[in-house]
Amino acid sequence: MDRRFGEVRAKADKVARASYGRLIAILVSNGADIASAEDALADAFARALETWPKDGIPTNPEGWLVTVARNRRKDAAKSAAARTASGSLDDEDFILVERAAQTDMQEPDHFPDRRLNLIFACAHPAIDAQVHTPLMLQTVLGFQASEIASAYLMPGPVLAQRLVRAKRKIKQAGIAFSLPEPDDLKPRLAAVLEAIYGAYSLDWQNNQNCDPTQDISSEALYLSTLVCELLPDEPEALGLAALIAFSFARRDARIDQQGVYVPLEAHDVSRWNRLLIRRGQTMLAKAATFKAPARFQLEAAIQSAHCDRLQLGKVDWQVIAQLYAGLMAVAPTTGAAVGYAVALGRSASPQAGFAALAAIEGDQTKGFQPYWATRAYLLRQAGYLPDARTAYEKALSLTTHIPSRKWLENELENILQENY
Amino acid sequence: MRYTFFLYSDETAFADASQEDIAQTLKVYGTYIRALKDAGVFVDTDWLQPSMTATTLSLKDGAKRIQDGPFADSKEQLGGSFVIDVPDLDAALAWAEKCPAAQYGTIEVRASAMPEGGNPYAG
Repeated sequence: MDRRFGEVRAKADKVARASYGRLIAILVSNGADIASAEDALADAFARALETWPKDGIPTNPEGWLVTVARNRRKDAAKSAAARTASGSLDDEDFILVERAAQTDMQEPDHFPDRRLNLIFACAHPAIDAQVHTPLMLQTVLGFQASEIASAYLMPGPVLAQRLVRAKRKIKQAGIAFSLPEPDDLKPRLAAVLEAIYGAYSLDWQNNQNCDPTQDISSEALYLSTLVCELLPDEPEALGLAALIAFSFARRDARIDQQGVYVPLEAHDVSRWNRLLIRRGQTMLAKAATFKAPARFQLEAAIQSAHCDRLQLGKVDWQVIAQLYAGLMAVAPTTGAAVGYAVALGRSASPQAGFAALAAIEGDQTKGFQPYWATRAYLLRQAGYLPDARTAYEKALSLTTHIPSRKWLENELENILQENY
Repeated sequence: MRYTFFLYSDETAFADASQEDIAQTLKVYGTYIRALKDAGVFVDTDWLQPSMTATTLSLKDGAKRIQDGPFADSKEQLGGSFVIDVPDLDAALAWAEKCPAAQYGTIEVRASAMPEGGNPYAG
C-alpha cells in the first residue's frame, strides 16, 4: 500500500510539475480567478492522492484533474451564491463557459494550451513589475510562495502578501486572460521577457546552498523556451532563450572544486553542456533570420561567441568587441560599457580598454564591481601593479558573491608576487 | 569602518506568520549572515519583536515618562539591524543591497561615529 502510494505521489508530482500552468490557464480562461483556480486545483491534487491509489491512475490525468477542479469550483460558486444570493449570475456565466470548455476535455490531444494568456496576464503593465516574475513562477510552474521567496532570499509572508495582492488586482481590475492586440504585442512581450530574465538572474550565492534557487533559476530556461514555442516568430524571445541556454550550458564550469569563481575565458570547456550550446545556436540563428537585432539577441550573440572557443580553441575578442558596440547602441548600460572595455582591452590594447572605461560616467562606476575588476585587470596588463592592487582591493570590497571574492583574493595574492 | 543597517519594513505581512514562515525567514537571513561572515565583514545582527511591543522612556521633560508603543508611529517600523565592518560607504551599500530587507523595506545605512577602539572613557 505504501509503495503504491509512493508511486501515485510521484505520478501526481510529475503531472503537477509538467501541467500545473496548463491546468491553471484552462481554469482561468474558463472564468475562474487565479486564486480560486489554484485552490480548486490544490483540492483536485489532494483528491488524486486519495483516489488514484484505490482506482488506479486515470489514462488522462490532466483531464481528470481539470474536471475535478471545475466541479470543486462549481461547488464553491454554488455555496457562495447561496450565501450572497446575488451570486447566481456568476454561476450562470460559469455554466456557460463550462459547456464551451467541455469540448476541450473530450479530446485530450487537443487540450488547449492557454499558458501564454496566463503569462501575459502575469506581466500585465497594471501589475507591479516586481511581482511579474514571482507570479509567473507560481501560476505557470506551480511553485509555492515560500519556495519562490527562498530563491529571492526574501521572507515567505512578504512575498505571499504581494502575490495575493497581485491576484486580487487581476481579478478586481478585470485584467483579461487574452492575448495582447498586435499593436500592443511588442511592449507586452518585452515585459514578459524581462520577467523571465528576472527568474534567470536569481543566482546570488546559489552555489553554496539552496536547491530552490537552483531549481527556480533553471525554470527560466523552461519558461523562455515555452514562450518561443507559443510565439515562434519573435526574435527577442528566441534571443532570450538562447542567452539563457548558453549561460546554463556553462553553469558547472563557473565555480571550481575549491569554490572559487572561474572567469569565462578560463573555463574548463569539458564541463560545458554542448547540447545546450547547440540549442542556443539554433535559436539564435533562427532569430537572426528576422533581421531585427535587439538587446537579448546581442547579449546571446556575445555568449555564443564565447562558446565558439569550443571550435576555435581561443576567444575571438574582436568579434566580442563589435557585438558589445552593437549592444551599447541599442541598450546602453554600465554593464555593456564595461564589457566593451574588457573586449577592447583584450583585442586591441590595455590603453584602448582604459579609454573605453574612462568614457563611463564617474557616478555610475563608484559602486560598480565589474568596473573595478576590469580596471584592475587592465592596470595589471599595462604593468601598473601598485594601482592594479588598489583597484583589486576596491573591487573586492564591493564583492558580495563569495566565490568571486575568493577569486579576487587569489588575484591580489598573485599581484603581490609579481610586484615584489 | 563600522556601518549599521537599520531595517525598516511594514510588519503586517508577519502578523500571522506560521512556524514554517519563521523558519524560512531565519534561513533566508542565515544565508545572508553566512555570506557576511565568509567575507569577514560581519559584526552583529538582531531581529526585533514587533513595534507594538515597544516601550519608550524619557526624562527629558523633567519627569520620567514611560509610554507603550514605538517612538514614531509610521507604516514602516524598525525591525532589526546589522553591523558590518567594510572599507567605505560604497562597500556598505553593496552589502545593504543584498540584505533581504532591502527587497521589502528600507535600509538606513549609517557610519559609526565612535572613536577608533571604542569610547575611551568606558574602560
